[in-house]
Amino acid sequence: MITRPLARWFDDRLRASSFAHHALNKVFPDDWSFMLGEIALYSFVILVLTGTFLTFFFTPSSKEIVYQGSYAPLRGTRMSEAYASVLKISFDVRGGLVFRQMHHWAANLFVAAIVIHLVRIFFTGAFRRPRELNWLIGVTLLALGIFNGFTGYSLPDDLLSGTGLRIAYSIALSIPVVGTWTAFLIFGGEFPSQDILRRLLITHIMIVPALLVALISAHLAILWRQKHTQFRGRGRTETNVVGSKLWPTYAAKSLGLFFGIAAVLGAFGGLLQINPIWLYGPFSPSTVTSPAQPDWYLGWVEGALRIFPPWEFRSFGHAVPNPFYPAVLLPGVTFLILYAWPFLERWATGDRAEHHLLDRARDHPARTAIGAGAFTFYVVLHFAASNDLLAKTFLVSVSAVTWAFRILVVTLPVLVGAITYAWLSAVHRSEAEGVLRVPLAAFVPVEPPPTDDEGEHVEPPPGHGLYDPRSTAP
Amino acid sequence: MNRPARDQRSFARAIGGAFALSAAASIGLTVVYALGGQPQIEGALIGASLGGLALGFVWWGTHLLPQGPFVEEREPLTSAPAERLAFTEDFTRLAQETPRRRFLGRMLLVAVGALAAAAVFPIRSLGPGPGRSLFRTAWRRGSKLVTEEGGPVAVGDLPVGGVVTVFPEASVGVADSQTILVRVDPASFRPLPGRETWSPQGYLAYSKICTHAGCPVGLYEQSTNSLFCPCHQSVFDVVDGAKPVAGPATRPLPQLPLEVGPDGLLRAQSDFTEPVGPGYWNEGS
Repeated sequence: MITRPLARWFDDRLRASSFAHHALNKVFPDDWSFMLGEIALYSFVILVLTGTFLTFFFTPSSKEIVYQGSYAPLRGTRMSEAYASVLKISFDVRGGLVFRQMHHWAANLFVAAIVIHLVRIFFTGAFRRPRELNWLIGVTLLALGIFNGFTGYSLPDDLLSGTGLRIAYSIALSIPVVGTWTAFLIFGGEFPSQDILRRLLITHIMIVPALLVALISAHLAILWRQKHTQFRGRGRTETNVVGSKLWPTYAAKSLGLFFGIAAVLGAFGGLLQINPIWLYGPFSPSTVTSPAQPDWYLGWVEGALRIFPPWEFRSFGHAVPNPFYPAVLLPGVTFLILYAWPFLERWATGDRAEHHLLDRARDHPARTAIGAGAFTFYVVLHFAASNDLLAKTFLVSVSAVTWAFRILVVTLPVLVGAITYAWLSAVHRSEAEGVLRVPLAAFVPVEPPPTDDEGEHVEPPPGHGLYDPRSTAP
Repeated sequence: MNRPARDQRSFARAIGGAFALSAAASIGLTVVYALGGQPQIEGALIGASLGGLALGFVWWGTHLLPQGPFVEEREPLTSAPAERLAFTEDFTRLAQETPRRRFLGRMLLVAVGALAAAAVFPIRSLGPGPGRSLFRTAWRRGSKLVTEEGGPVAVGDLPVGGVVTVFPEASVGVADSQTILVRVDPASFRPLPGRETWSPQGYLAYSKICTHAGCPVGLYEQSTNSLFCPCHQSVFDVVDGAKPVAGPATRPLPQLPLEVGPDGLLRAQSDFTEPVGPGYWNEGS
């Protein structure tokens, strides 16, 4: 085999054998929920590959031309060069439509995987010390993922995405004091400007991807350094990791996951239509599609815009207009709380210890109740983004649906949170009583139930404090 | 724990089969592509090609390779106190071994601060300042109302209940000037105070840009005289000064004062008398 001479060649130059040996033997826990981050990572790989292909054909220009391409229903229509280039990708570039649709599906999967990953991290307490750094990076990755999704689907300059840009411009305009300057500097003047598509493209394919690559690398490096968390179970402690070795078992499975995701996205790209911009038509500032909705990961903001009451602040000739509250303040506060959560929880519980064993959601009634309530809030907002479609489906007035959502968005999260808290507290109490009865019955459990050490308050075992004199780690 | 050799042999066969399927699909993909491409077939073949690899690798990993569980001990994440001390001492050597370090520190801060301030200015190049541009549109006194096709609107063109999007002549398509022209029965409504002369023969013109988030207010319901914004479902009452009656909008759509010229064509009396479109900080000034 070629392995030995090749290894010798590199080792003679890099002294890499020791590191490589340790790396190949690194242990990764086997749990399905640990795949969520990997799904996001592999979606990103697909995004970069398919996106690079699309970049070769896209023209970021709003110059008006008359379409002469092969999509007959639009032939002779006046449209921007950008829109025409996306039609060309979809109908005239061989394989272009499949790559374009793969790219769009991958973007949806990328953000979805990050969200579910975040939910898993939250409910199992994996964000606690020492993993606050990776929580902060992860939340930033979510924000960047949503932002780049928006810049991406705004590029084709179709009627739907142009409407989205119009709303984004209005949201920027609504920021107190600096709103008009912000909107003018971002868009290069009053909407619709000639510059915005080029700016969106540079942001979408250069600035944000560079940040994503840097942050994903940091996320993985920190993960590597700190090792994975793991769920409680036989032989699993705060001081070890139990699972498969990186090489070859974990690598084979993970490679399988990568190809699996690529296969699903490829099949979707060819078989399931997404964002058919040729049906929406080219952007024109005085026309709009109905219904008009953003991609799913902005549904919560759209829903908030739709059901926020007609309130705004005005005095002394100044205004803080209505869209500011649902579309700037709400996302701002959302991400602020996400960023602050590990520190808020540490402050509330006083728990400063290092944790490598994961919590079960049921063992933490307060955290789980808050998480469930918050999740409900965003789900309600998400559905509120379809108030017109729901009104049409159920043959009621839009106004009635809007009012129903206004009530639900306030009550349902509180209700879900309260029920979760009460239920989990009851479960917790009955389990605690069960543990107390054990010695009375002289019953010796073969395997102690995982809750009998009080998760948060356990003292770190030896070898895990600030300094362990037995440690020989460099 | 590894499985018996016979099981392993059958898994090896299955994995080989998956790889063979992948290879066949990839060859098929090349052929389809060379023949001109077809999105649905391409999608199915990409799925089969990558899916075969996926199956092969997953089976390989779960059935043929060592399953453990393996245990790895964690090393403490914290350095030894002596190492930490050594690092901070190394780092602070800069300050300890520099004479007049407070003075140097301040001057450095001034220099970096000035550079940062200077570096902000190129951002200004990104666009023109807003100035008064948000307060004005292309409408002027005497501007003819023309449709998107550029034709003027004569007073008899629109039936009662009719609706059309208009622009000022010579500014067709200019986004901030888009206006929705509705004709209602003049007997059926009373103009707002001060606007008695703005709606000749039942013609009412309002800015088409929603005052909520700027979408074109494109849907008109004749039976209720309502304009609907399809983006966030704000509703405006055409015969009551386009005041918002439902949804998130807070301001009425600005009204364009109209007149009928001697040639029978509809014209604007002036620009809008208030800013059009969504609100902003200094809209009232």
